[in-house]
Amino acid sequence: MSTVDYTSDEIMTVTAARQLRNGAVCFVGIGLPSAACNLARMTHAPDLVLIYESGTVGTRPTVLPLSIGDSELAETAAAVIPLPEIFTHYLQRGRVDVGFLGAAQIDRYGNLNSTVIGDYAHPTVRLPGAGGAPEIATHAREVLVIIKQSPRTFVPQLDFRTSCGYLEGNGARRAALCPGRGPRAVITDFGVLRPHPETDELQLTALYPGVTVEAARKATGWPLQVAAELEALAPPEPADLVSLRDLHARTRAAHASPVRISLPVATRR
Amino acid sequence: MELLTLADAIQRHVRDGQSIALEGFTHLIPHAAGHEIIRQGRRNLHLIRMTPDLVYDQMIGMGCANRLTFSWGGNPGVGSLHRLRDAIATDWPAPLAIVEHSHAEMAVAYQAGASGLPCGLMRRYADTDLARLPAAPLRSIQCPFTGASLAAVRAINPDVTILHAQQVDAAGNVLIRGILGAAKEAAMAAERLLVTVEEQVERFDADMNAVVLPAATVTAVSIVPGGAYPSYAQGYYPRDNRFYIDWDDISRDRQTFTAWMEKHVMSLRDHEEHLRVLGVAA
Repeated sequence: MSTVDYTSDEIMTVTAARQLRNGAVCFVGIGLPSAACNLARMTHAPDLVLIYESGTVGTRPTVLPLSIGDSELAETAAAVIPLPEIFTHYLQRGRVDVGFLGAAQIDRYGNLNSTVIGDYAHPTVRLPGAGGAPEIATHAREVLVIIKQSPRTFVPQLDFRTSCGYLEGNGARRAALCPGRGPRAVITDFGVLRPHPETDELQLTALYPGVTVEAARKATGWPLQVAAELEALAPPEPADLVSLRDLHARTRAAHASPVRISLPVATRR
Repeated sequence: MELLTLADAIQRHVRDGQSIALEGFTHLIPHAAGHEIIRQGRRNLHLIRMTPDLVYDQMIGMGCANRLTFSWGGNPGVGSLHRLRDAIATDWPAPLAIVEHSHAEMAVAYQAGASGLPCGLMRRYADTDLARLPAAPLRSIQCPFTGASLAAVRAINPDVTILHAQQVDAAGNVLIRGILGAAKEAAMAAERLLVTVEEQVERFDADMNAVVLPAATVTAVSIVPGGAYPSYAQGYYPRDNRFYIDWDDISRDRQTFTAWMEKHVMSLRDHEEHLRVLGVAA
């Protein structure tokens, strides 16, 4: 059991999946969040309701979508609705329990940057931008963040604040009357951080097997606070790894299959 | 509604300097129409799309645009749009001004445009830097009934919206099935609406609540089988995820990109040839 090999992506995905309770309505992003949500749905949370911003509600894909609007999502959905309604009728109306976000940078209060590294007008790296993130961060009852931890990603000062965490901390988010509670957990390749109940500052609350506090500190661009009681996270269960690897294998096979389009014999004008 | 070849539809209805929205969220992206605009050499377009995707990466890289309004500019599940990045960072092949939204803002802006309103409203509680950008078409206002602080987003009304759809019927009505994105809102917000479709049918076999753009709302329809490829058309062909992954290498380098566009778009007559050269047409 202790000799099971796993990658950091795998333990992040499994740890994120464990944060999801059965029956929750979850707003899903592409990549690790999508893998985590579908792993949860295929294991301990079969009634998880997955919403993808393209307009699919209650979708149950058997392979992971490459894009947020793959046909797999529509074909397995309870409802396919116009995209504006996802953001108005569901998110803004308060019908989303959990929002899942990634980012290029995070600060100590869980604010996120997915827009630009460097100066906005003359960027060092131009990132894709906001997408659904600002409103997910604002309106989802709670937010889970998945992000790899390094001094480049865990920064003292964001280059751009795309989405709100706890703003300047110490209750600033509540004072701003943000409807959602904010980031409940930040899942990294070292462990899990959670906000301090008073200051809102992220503190290390759990570590993966074989990871040290010192290593986590070195990977953080500010003096990292550590919870008084640090939880030792269990490695992924072999059954979880089997489910996750099967899911990725099905996905790779699906994405590699060639597309053929039958053209009518005489479409020439 | 007028039935035109795609070349004629673009020739007649898309002019240099216009604002145009090719919509369709991952699904039904009108790639054939984008290629035809590139072939016809349109310039100084204000391109509007929630997710620029490969179609705008190509149009920007081929010098069609001087302005982009968008809300998420990546290659979904793959990474960056390299031509978009290059245009923003180094003005290649031309300077590109950007107006940047969140998805929710842009959806509301289309809804407002489609409803004849000058702006749309959103609940906005916590400040982000998006709202502080100099070009942000976003203002804070107070609800006259509750006093709540709201965000007003300026309406989007494209000169021309272009969609891809599954079918046109004998009367010129257009049927869209599957993931809609903000296609309907972008259509109703536009001055003119061009649509490419997979096929023409006598009448639709669809539920009465299916999304139909009545002929009276459509300026012109062109029959272009495979017209969304490498995006997809529900019920006709899947998204070519392999091609989206391959685009990362094709587009990374300016020369490789230009050579690919020359071989697969510029030197070809139409989308049917494009699909045959790519080996996608069966």
